[in-house]
Formats: sequence, structure tokens, C-alpha cells
Amino acid sequence: MTNQVQLRQLKPDLFSQFKEFFIRHFQVFFYSLGLLSHTPFATLMTAAALGIALALPAGLYVVLEQAEQLSSDFDTISQISLFMKKDLNEQQVKTLKKKLEMLPAIAQVKHVNREAALQEFKSNSGFGDALKALKKNPLPHLLIIYPSLTHHSAEQIDVLVSQLKKIKQVDLVQIDIQWLKRLYAIIHIAQRGVLIIASLLALAVLLIVANTIRLAIENRRNEIVVMKLIGGTDSFIRRPFLYTGFWYGLFGSFIAIMLVNSSLIIINDPLNNLSSLYGDSLFSLGLMDISSSLILLASGCFLGLLGARMAVGKHLKDIEPK
Amino acid sequence: MILFDQVSKRYEGANEALSQVNFHLNPGEMAFLTGHSGAGKSTLLKLVALIERASTGNVIVGGKNLNKINRHTLPYMRRNMGIIFQDYQLLYDRTVYDNVALPLIISGFSAREVKNRVHAALDKVGLLRFEKKYPLTLSGGEQQRVSIARAVVNKPALLLADEPTGNLDPDLSYEIMKLFLAFNQVGVTVLIATHDIPLINKLDKRIIHLEQGRISHTARAQTA
Repeated sequence: MTNQVQLRQLKPDLFSQFKEFFIRHFQVFFYSLGLLSHTPFATLMTAAALGIALALPAGLYVVLEQAEQLSSDFDTISQISLFMKKDLNEQQVKTLKKKLEMLPAIAQVKHVNREAALQEFKSNSGFGDALKALKKNPLPHLLIIYPSLTHHSAEQIDVLVSQLKKIKQVDLVQIDIQWLKRLYAIIHIAQRGVLIIASLLALAVLLIVANTIRLAIENRRNEIVVMKLIGGTDSFIRRPFLYTGFWYGLFGSFIAIMLVNSSLIIINDPLNNLSSLYGDSLFSLGLMDISSSLILLASGCFLGLLGARMAVGKHLKDIEPK
Repeated sequence: MILFDQVSKRYEGANEALSQVNFHLNPGEMAFLTGHSGAGKSTLLKLVALIERASTGNVIVGGKNLNKINRHTLPYMRRNMGIIFQDYQLLYDRTVYDNVALPLIISGFSAREVKNRVHAALDKVGLLRFEKKYPLTLSGGEQQRVSIARAVVNKPALLLADEPTGNLDPDLSYEIMKLFLAFNQVGVTVLIATHDIPLINKLDKRIIHLEQGRISHTARAQTA
């Protein structure tokens, strides 16, 4: 049949089709970018909405991650204070100190003499005159224990503390680890919170992109009809819209990175001020590192593509030549 | 090339647009569909172009039963047909060249081959000098010729046209019709729905006359 001969003429050869496939993808990639640049203001508004939605969970994540790191730094320098019974003299305390230094769990023991402590307290606290009225030194001897680096996990510290409590010369064992545990617990709650916020805002990103693409499809209804009439496959017609979603996601996450970093810079100044009030070590928030930025970019692009795919899957089927 | 076997089409909530239509169009044949508005001309063309589906009966095009064409194979079926509309269906934000190139780009031809074929098609309809223009700057007859160039650029075996001269004056209509005759002469099967009885009476081609969804008679033009 002549028909059959002509059917074969219609098709380019396989290699050419394969090569053209990539060229077309490449072209559509930039063609969709070109379409967005025709409406820069609308594009920017959508991308900004996406950027804000992505920046909130990303910023919270960065802050929490750094808070966790900070508290793990404290972990290694956590110390245990041993308050001796008041009837102990200096010699007995020194003997105990030597015994404790033999334990493998303990790296170092520092003795704070009760007389020296009283002097320091008198000069620093401003209660000097009131303290002069006391006939006896109210302060006990104090041993500050630094756990060795191999024994500083929470469980090991617990074991050490219970050992220390059994020593009969010891009046009170005070550890700084309790607040650390609480801080960890708070961070974990906050992390869950960030997870919830991130999920909700990811959904928002999907909906924003899907709605924007739905409008784009509606605007180009006539073009889609013509494409279908001349034999455009669904994937061919879908492609520019998918790339548009991808671009929105990419721009959105770029804006999010900029928002997060500029917020961190704005916060850092007063934060330095605050940390200098607490001690001499300056604590400041670092900017987003490369891996978190890449993760944010990738999730932005993925959400953009997914949102576009949702819209395209639902609306392209409805548009058929009449 | 086209075979209608007991084909009926009923739109939802309306009378039958086509009932029990049988006809056969041979490969390389050219025929006209005539009849009043609402007689079923457009519906018949839409069934061939897979824009609508038959309610009962079989439509066979190029040896393929259209009832068996699904969503995924439909685009490939349409690539074997050139479809021309009364309202041209051009993309007005693209140049004449880009409009005509579209079917080739969809099929995945290389840029060089696209260029050669688009130029050949535009040359055939006499619009090569307009390739960089936008469709809205052209007259109705010129726009219709762009849409014909787009329909034939793929070298389809079958051309379908729904009132291709409906918006054109008699002289322009005759020019367009001569184009269809030329394509038919090189072996393309052509089926045209038209109101323009005086025009087709000048041509020695089969006329299929529809009345209220049925074929009332078929004849050669000279004896109609």
C-alpha cells in the first residue's frame, strides 16, 4: 500500500530521534526559562512566595543544628562539683583528691579551698561586710571533677555520679549535666516542630507551583489544542510545563538561601552581644553550609517538578480538540 | 484509506449526528463532503481525525481500526494525517516558519531537515518570503496557506480539511482548492468538507452528500 511506504517516510531514523530527544530537552529547558522571563514580575512574585515558604523551615533547621552542635561542645567540658562535709580538714580533702585522680573515669580533680573560696566570694559578691559578721566560714571544701574524655557519655557520667555519692566524706554531688539533658529534650521537640512546619510548607510549595502551572496551562490552552491536533504526545506537551515548575523551584530555593543567610547575618550582631554577656567565648551562627544549601536547592527543584506534574497530570487531559 | 462501516455517532443529550454511515475512500482518492450545517460533515471528519469516537460501528483509517487506538497511540496516528480548519488554528505568538516546523519538531527531526522540509512546504504554498512574519500580519488566504503548509510538511498520506475556504472569497478559494488538487496528484488522499458547491462543481471529484446524518447520495461532480 502506498500508505505504508509513506508511513515509514514520516519517521526520522532512530539515532537522529535519540539525538534530537536530548537537543529538544535542552531547548525546552531554556525555552521555558524564556517564557518566564516574558513575565518577570509575576515570576518573581511566585518565586518569592516559594522562597519564603522554603526559608522558614530551612532557617529553623540551620539554627537548631547549630544549637545542637553548641550543646555537644558543652558536653565534653561538663564537670561535677563535689561539696565536702564541713568537718573535713584540708589534709583529708587532699587525700580524697589523690584517690579520685586514680580513677580511670576521671581526668582531673581541682581543689577549691574553703578559705580561698570565702575570700573570693567576699571580694566579688559585694556581700563582704555581711560575710564579716559570720563567725565561721559557711563554705565547704569543693572538689571539681573533670571526667576523662573516654567517659563523658550521659550513662557513664551517671555511673560516676552514683559512685561519687557513695563516698562518705561527700556531702553533695552537683552535676551540670541536668540542664544539658533538658536542652537536648527541648531541641528534640523543636526538631519535631521544624519537621511539621517543613512538611506543611512543602505542601504549600506544591500547591503554589501546581496552581501557577494550572494558570499557565489555561493561558496556553489554544497552543495545547494545536499541539494535540498535529500529533504531539502527552510527554511532549507536558515538558515545557514541567521545566517551568523546575525553574520556579530553583528560583524559590535560591531566594530561600538568600533569606536565610541574610536573617542569620542580621541576628548575629545582637547574638554576639548576648554571648559576650555570658562569657568571654563569642558564639555566632554560621551561614548555611554548602551541603544544606544543595539539599535546599534539590528539594526546591523536586517540589517544583512534582507540583507541576500534579497540575499537568490533572489539567492536560481536560484539554482536547473540539 | 478510509473505511466507514455502519458508523453512528450520538452526542450526549442530542440526536444522532451520524447514523449508519458506510463509505470507502481509496488511497490516492480525493472527495468532498457536502450538506447543510448540522448534516454531520464536521462530525465525520472528527471521527477520522480521532477528535471524536464513533458510538457504534468501525472507522478504519490506513488499515487501522480507530476503535483500537488509545490515548498513547493516538498522537502517532495523527502524525499520518494533515488536518486543516476553517479558522486555521495557527499559533499567533510564533512565526510562520515556527508554525510550519511544529509537526517536524514533535516528530523529532534534526534542525537541518526541519529547515529543508519547512522551506519546501512554504514554497509549495507560495509563502516562502513570509517565513519570518507572524500569522496575524497575513491575510486570511495566506494564513490558510500557512496551515496547509503545516498540514503537509510531514508528508502525510491523508489530508483532512473542514471548510478550508469558508472564510475566503471565490478567487482565493479557488487558489486553495488548486493546492489540494496538486497534493492529490502526487498521491495524497484528500477529504474536504465544504459548502462551496459552485467551486467543487468545476472539479471532477467524488461528492459525498450528507443529510441529517446519513449519506443521501454520492456522485461525480459533473453529474451532481
